[in-house]
Amino acid sequence: LLQPAVSVGNVGQLAIDLVISTLDMTKVGYFYTDCLVPMVGNNPYATAEENSTELSINAEVYSLPSKKLVVLQIRSPFIKNKYRPFCETLLSWVKSSKCARVVLLSSSHAYQRDDEQLLGTPLRYLLTPDLEKAVGGRMKELNWKEMEKVAAYPGISDTDKVLHIPGGGITKLLFTESCSEGIQMAVLLKFCSEGDNIPDAFVLVNYLNEWLQLIKSESNNSTDSSSQWKIPSSWRLLFGNGLPPALF
Amino acid sequence: MATFFGEVVVAPSRAGLDEEEEAREETPEDREIRREIEKKREVDVLWTWQSGGCAEEPLVCSRFIVAIGRNAAAFLSSFILDSVCWEVVGVVKLWNEWCRTSSTTNVLPTDSFCLFYRLVSDPTVLLCQCSCYVAEDQQFQWLEKVFGSMQKKGLQVTILSTCPVADYKTQESTLTLVSPFLKALKTKEFQEQVCCPLLEQPNIVRDLPAA
Repeated sequence: LLQPAVSVGNVGQLAIDLVISTLDMTKVGYFYTDCLVPMVGNNPYATAEENSTELSINAEVYSLPSKKLVVLQIRSPFIKNKYRPFCETLLSWVKSSKCARVVLLSSSHAYQRDDEQLLGTPLRYLLTPDLEKAVGGRMKELNWKEMEKVAAYPGISDTDKVLHIPGGGITKLLFTESCSEGIQMAVLLKFCSEGDNIPDAFVLVNYLNEWLQLIKSESNNSTDSSSQWKIPSSWRLLFGNGLPPALF
Repeated sequence: MATFFGEVVVAPSRAGLDEEEEAREETPEDREIRREIEKKREVDVLWTWQSGGCAEEPLVCSRFIVAIGRNAAAFLSSFILDSVCWEVVGVVKLWNEWCRTSSTTNVLPTDSFCLFYRLVSDPTVLLCQCSCYVAEDQQFQWLEKVFGSMQKKGLQVTILSTCPVADYKTQESTLTLVSPFLKALKTKEFQEQVCCPLLEQPNIVRDLPAA
């Protein structure tokens, strides 16, 4: 199961849009939930007149049987106090549907990085202990960087280190719950800030692709496959309408 | 937070979580306060055609027209409703930071209210005028309680609402658009002809009409 966390810059959600759009995934269901702000619109992945009138709502599930891939897309924010029930429902669905692994795409505030994190790659990963056994080695081969823990009380040197993902939404909750419930979960996240997060989404989805190989990269340099991801039609006009001619 | 001109961003963070709220464990007092607030924000649907004692039978409904927001409610008041052909059959009582409705069915157009009417000549035709704002956390409840009282087989629902033109996303500027204009969204089960163009991507509908 591949899904986003609603997090800073909506990077996880944008990356998921790219996956669904590029792999032309089929919608197989949705979550009927009171935990997310309601919204509805016409098919965000429409490519032609014929497929543009299917309704789309805030939490939908898509699948690609050939890759044994199921994707959950979350489109609206959580209603106050409802993020915990949502996480509980989600994880119980993961268990009851016997999903082998969960990959969570997320992001974290870039301004909260410490001096060391400012250098090098802005991408990080996390694995629950059950998944660490299975794929920990692969992460090392890929030369990926694990998300660092921070001191529980900054400034005091003798304290425990804890996981802190500012701006990550439900990422930390889902990850810690999965650890304690023996679910195989991987978190892939990027440090970023709010703004035009489309480039961040491309970077994150290419990061994911290094591991899962969802699409073939043309060149040997796997970070160069931006052109092979299909931008959904709903990404039009992300930054407003056209300008009134009377302005000039 | 960088955003385009005209977008009203309500949440302090798109992550949707207040960091402090997330870190703090809920004390028993917090839980009690939260429960009290939840009780205060409960949505009550009162059907006037049922007396207190008898079992609640589902309302048989073939067509349900819901007008959400002051403009849509005013449209129904001006062009559809009258005291001869329509009778009041229900009211929604709720409270949130923006408005409070009461259980009275005698309302002024300037009040916030949510009333249900039934067509006298065909009691399976139901109409709802909802001029009050139903908050995010109340929308699902409203939905479940209203539709929960109905027998939904063969039911056709029409939702009327309005949105500011400034929120409409289009290639040209909205200044040059001829407004007001109509757009529609429909489920695939709706087979009849729609009287106006469908809502184009990337526009969306939110809140109670979306719910």
